[in-house]
This record gives sequence, structure tokens and C-alpha cells, in this order.
Amino acid sequence: MIAFVIRRLLQSIVVMLTVAFVAFFLFNFVGDPINNMVGQDTSMADRERLRQDLGLNDPFPVRFATFVGNALQGKFGVSYRMAEPVGRLIASRLPATLELSLMAASFALLVGIPMGVYTGLYPKRLSSRFFLTISLIGISLPTFLIGILLILVFAVLLGVLPSFGRGDVVKLGWWSTGFLTASGWKAVVLPAITLGLFQMTLIMRLVRSEMLEVMRTDYIKFARARGLTDRAVHFGHALKNTLVPVITITGLQLGAIIAFAIVTETVFQWPGMGLLFLQSVQFADIPVMATYLILIAFFFVVINLIVDLLYYVVDPRLRIDVQIRAN
Amino acid sequence: MDTAVARVADWWRRVLASDVLHSFRSSRLVMLSAAVAAIYFSGAMLAPWLAPQDPFDLAKLQLLDAFTPPVWMEGGEARFPLGSDNQGRDVLSTIMFGSRVSLLVGVASVLFAMLLGVTLGLISGYVGGSVDAFIMRVADIQLSFPAILIALLIDGMVRLAIPGSRHTELAVLVLILSIGLSFWVQYARTVRGVTMVEKNKEYVLAARVIGVPPALIMLRHVLPNVMGPTLVIATINLATAVITEATLSFLGVGVPPTQPSLGTLIRIGNDFLFSGEWWITIFPGAALAILVLSVNLLGDWLRDALNPKLR
Repeated sequence: MIAFVIRRLLQSIVVMLTVAFVAFFLFNFVGDPINNMVGQDTSMADRERLRQDLGLNDPFPVRFATFVGNALQGKFGVSYRMAEPVGRLIASRLPATLELSLMAASFALLVGIPMGVYTGLYPKRLSSRFFLTISLIGISLPTFLIGILLILVFAVLLGVLPSFGRGDVVKLGWWSTGFLTASGWKAVVLPAITLGLFQMTLIMRLVRSEMLEVMRTDYIKFARARGLTDRAVHFGHALKNTLVPVITITGLQLGAIIAFAIVTETVFQWPGMGLLFLQSVQFADIPVMATYLILIAFFFVVINLIVDLLYYVVDPRLRIDVQIRAN
Repeated sequence: MDTAVARVADWWRRVLASDVLHSFRSSRLVMLSAAVAAIYFSGAMLAPWLAPQDPFDLAKLQLLDAFTPPVWMEGGEARFPLGSDNQGRDVLSTIMFGSRVSLLVGVASVLFAMLLGVTLGLISGYVGGSVDAFIMRVADIQLSFPAILIALLIDGMVRLAIPGSRHTELAVLVLILSIGLSFWVQYARTVRGVTMVEKNKEYVLAARVIGVPPALIMLRHVLPNVMGPTLVIATINLATAVITEATLSFLGVGVPPTQPSLGTLIRIGNDFLFSGEWWITIFPGAALAILVLSVNLLGDWLRDALNPKLR
């Protein structure tokens, strides 16, 4: 177990270092960082001094080590476009993205699991087929198209929900939340559905196929023979056993939700990190790009690590597999 | 000559009697989606001859024609069956030309991903050892990020490396490379798995014994055996590649507005959603959705039809 955790941690560190290297590469070798910082009329001597002061003449490994050291302390440099420290810039956008992702994930789970259970228990019913068709469309429609359709229906035609922004936000220290105002709640509905729809269909299909499989097993037949109620069989025995893969997939999809927030935030002009990243790609604002990249990688690595460990805890077959390989 | 004719006839007889064709003919949905996909491909390829209007011929465009609604609505004109956009371009024609770009980028990026993935997978599986470990670690790292993020990142880096004016010319190529690079892992993993099984079989050992060089063994003997699963992945991948291209173009980092794909058209139309000109964005959107759906259904069917374990 400990060996597994250590190996997994090492792998995570390698991933983080690789991503940091890509970010560092962006910083230093794509374009001239000095050119990006100074004006046209700076003399060559001044440029050289700046180069020396910033440590750009140091050998490659030293510069990389400095970069990683600074990143670990949260120092990511200054945005070219907005002339503000990147750390602060990202921190001000982080709550918006995390709140949106949280709502999207809750939507996916709270709607996807019941729909999956229903279609798994009654695969022949007309309503089940209807849900399945809907889910096929949900998988085939690109995220941004779903957003546009929702805007068209609920904002343009019906006019019941806002189509852009976060509504009124309340500051709690550095964290700004939209969960404390009515307009904040209204604003999050459409973006959260847009972002969560793909994950919802994924979870629904997963739960459905797992349910179909579990319902055929002997212990379900035995539970029925014992005379347990349908409810006890369906939820106490069947659903419980389908949840292991659901937990894994949900964890992995959480990362995908944060990444796909780029698209949703663009459609709804949601003031989160994704929108910031996209603007920085268009304006070649390298510090922001690099920082976003490192942060997203960090989220991914942490989520993957937790999921892997959970898997290891939950699924006994994995433990045996590791032991066999060790011998 | 006779033998060639006989061979072709024999091949046809085998195709007509095959399980794959039978399973194709037994599902109406699959036949429908095949028909839709065929219409799309021919419509897109023949767009310069079939489209009612050349949307890129500036001389023929009239700004007075802008925002004409579809023909069945009040104020619609027969010249613009699905209405016209903000520059007076016929929406149907822009969709046909747009599908052309979307399909071109989709197919080309899948081919590129396939080429890269199959090559690396073959090497990884056949050579093994530290080469294998290195390639697979890179694949693992890449696999933990969503493809769209990788494509966005590669596109952003190239954008920085190439100055603006050159970038517009190369945009389509850059897009193909970045989407291709974000999809190679699936191929590499599958091909590696099959290669590791095949390389220990007797025909490969025999080829080694008579002194065939490794590269030739991989190409002549192992490659034909890994093509089946690879083609299945490619079909399923095509839908994803088209969606990725549309998403990138929608975000404004894909193809330039001078060569609009379906994603670009949707982005342009999105600005007019609030003023009531919904057709500029909804029709390209519907075209994209139908295309992706039919390719998806075909891919699903092909996967099931070629996999004897599922039957």
C-alpha cells in the first residue's frame, strides 16, 4: 500500500514538473521576455541590466529551479496585458470557476444517477428509451451549442433567466460568492446545465449499464428470494454496487469540468479563470497562460491522485494485483 | 487481366456475403445515418458546384441582402433558402462551404493522429524496454488532460511562435496538427497492445529468423494486423475531432474568418441571437449536430459489427 502511494506521488510530481517545464519554456523561449516588458525606447544597456537583474543570463537549470521555487511560493510574475500580479488576477477569478464547476457537478450527479437507475431498472419502458435518445443527443451536441440553445430559449424567447455574468456577488474575504443573492442563483442555472449536461449523460449511461449488469447477478436474485422489498433490493443492494465506478468517473470528470469551463465561460461571459485564459491566449499574455496551465495541472494531479487512492481502497482486486506483481 | 477481374469479383462476393454488410442492412438507423453522412460528404466536397452562391466572392455580395430571414418566414426570398447572414451571404452556401472546412480539418487531424499513434504504438510495442516506457509515460501524462485543453495549448504556443500574418495562412494546418497531437494516445495504446501480442507469434519469429529488418517486419507483417481496431477508433474519433475543431473555432482560436468552418459560423451568428436573427447561428449549429450524430452512430455500429465478442 505504502509503495503504491509513494509511486503514485512520484508520478504526480513528475507530471507537475513536466507541466512546469512547458510553462517555463513558454515564458523564456517563445518571444523575448525583455521585449514584452520594456518600451521601444529602452537602451540596449538598460535591457542588458534588466536581463542580468532578472537572472535571464543564468544557466538553464538554475533558471528552471528559480522558476519552480517562485511558483511554489505563488509568485507567477506580472500579466503583460493587465500589468497586475498574475497570482492576484487568478485568485480573483478562481471562485467564479469553482462555484460554476461545483454546481455543474451537482447537477450531473443529482440528475444523472436517478435517470440512470430508472433506465437501468426499466429498460423496456417508453420513457427509458426517451431518456436514452436524449442522452445520445447530449453526447453529440458540442457544449457551446447547448449553451446557445439554452440562451435562445430561456433568455431570448422566454426571458426568464439571465444569459451572461454572475449576477450580484458578495465578498467573503478574498472569495466572492454568488450563492448569497437571488440574482447569483438565477445566473448560475444556465451555465451549470450547459457545463454539466455532457457529464450528466455520461453518468446516466454508466449507472444504467452497471445497473443492468448488477440486476442479473445471483445475489440480487437471492435478495428477491428472501422476500426483500423492491426498494431494499434496488437501492440497498443494486445501487450500492454500481457506485464504485461512478465515484471514479465523477472524480476524473471533475477535472474535465474545470477545463471545459473555458467554453461555457465564453458562451455566458462568466468572469472565471477560463475566460481569463482564453483572453490571454488571444493576447499572447504568457504569464497568465503559464500560471493557468500550472494551476489546472495541479487540480488534475490532485484529483487523479485522490481517485486512484480511492480506487485502491474501494476495489480489493487492485490490491491483490499489486501483490502478485510484487512477488 | 482475367485474374484481376476474378479477384475483384471474388472480393465483391465476399463483401456481399459478409456479416458486416448483413448487420448494416438489418439496422434502419445505421442505414439512415450512413445516408446522412454520405449526403454531407458529397455536399461538402461538391460545394463549389452545388452551392447556390459563392459566399467568398465579394463582388457578388450585397449588404442590402443582409439579415434576410429563411424563405418560409415573412420577408424571406427564394434566393436565400435558409436566410442570409450579416454580410448578405446565403446561409445554406456558407454551411456547405463550412462543412467542407470542418470535414477537411476533422479527417486530416484524425489521419495525422492515426499516423503518429500507430507509428509510436508499433515502435513501443515491438521494441519494448525503455523506449516503450518513455512513450507510454508521455501518453499517460497527456491522457490525464482533456484533449481540448491540449489542442488549445498547442494552438496558443504556435500562435506565439509564428507572427500574426503568417499565422492566418497556416491556421488550418496548425489546427490539424494541434487536434491530431491531442488524439494520438488512443491509437498508440491500442496498437501497442496488439503489437505485443503479435510480435511473439510464429510468423513474426519466422520473419526475424530469415533476417527481415525490424522496420520491414513492423510495416509488412504487424501493421496489417493492427489496422482493424485502429480504423474503429478512427471512425469514433472523427466525430470528436469535428467537435473539437468547432469548439476551437467557436472560441476564436481555430480557422480564420476568411475560411469559416461550422464553428466559426456559429460564433459569427451568436452575436445576432439577441436581435432576433436566430437563423444565422441555429442552422450551422443544427448542421454540426446532425453531422456529429450520424458519424457517432456509424462509429458505434462499426465498433459492434467488427467486434466478434459482442455478437
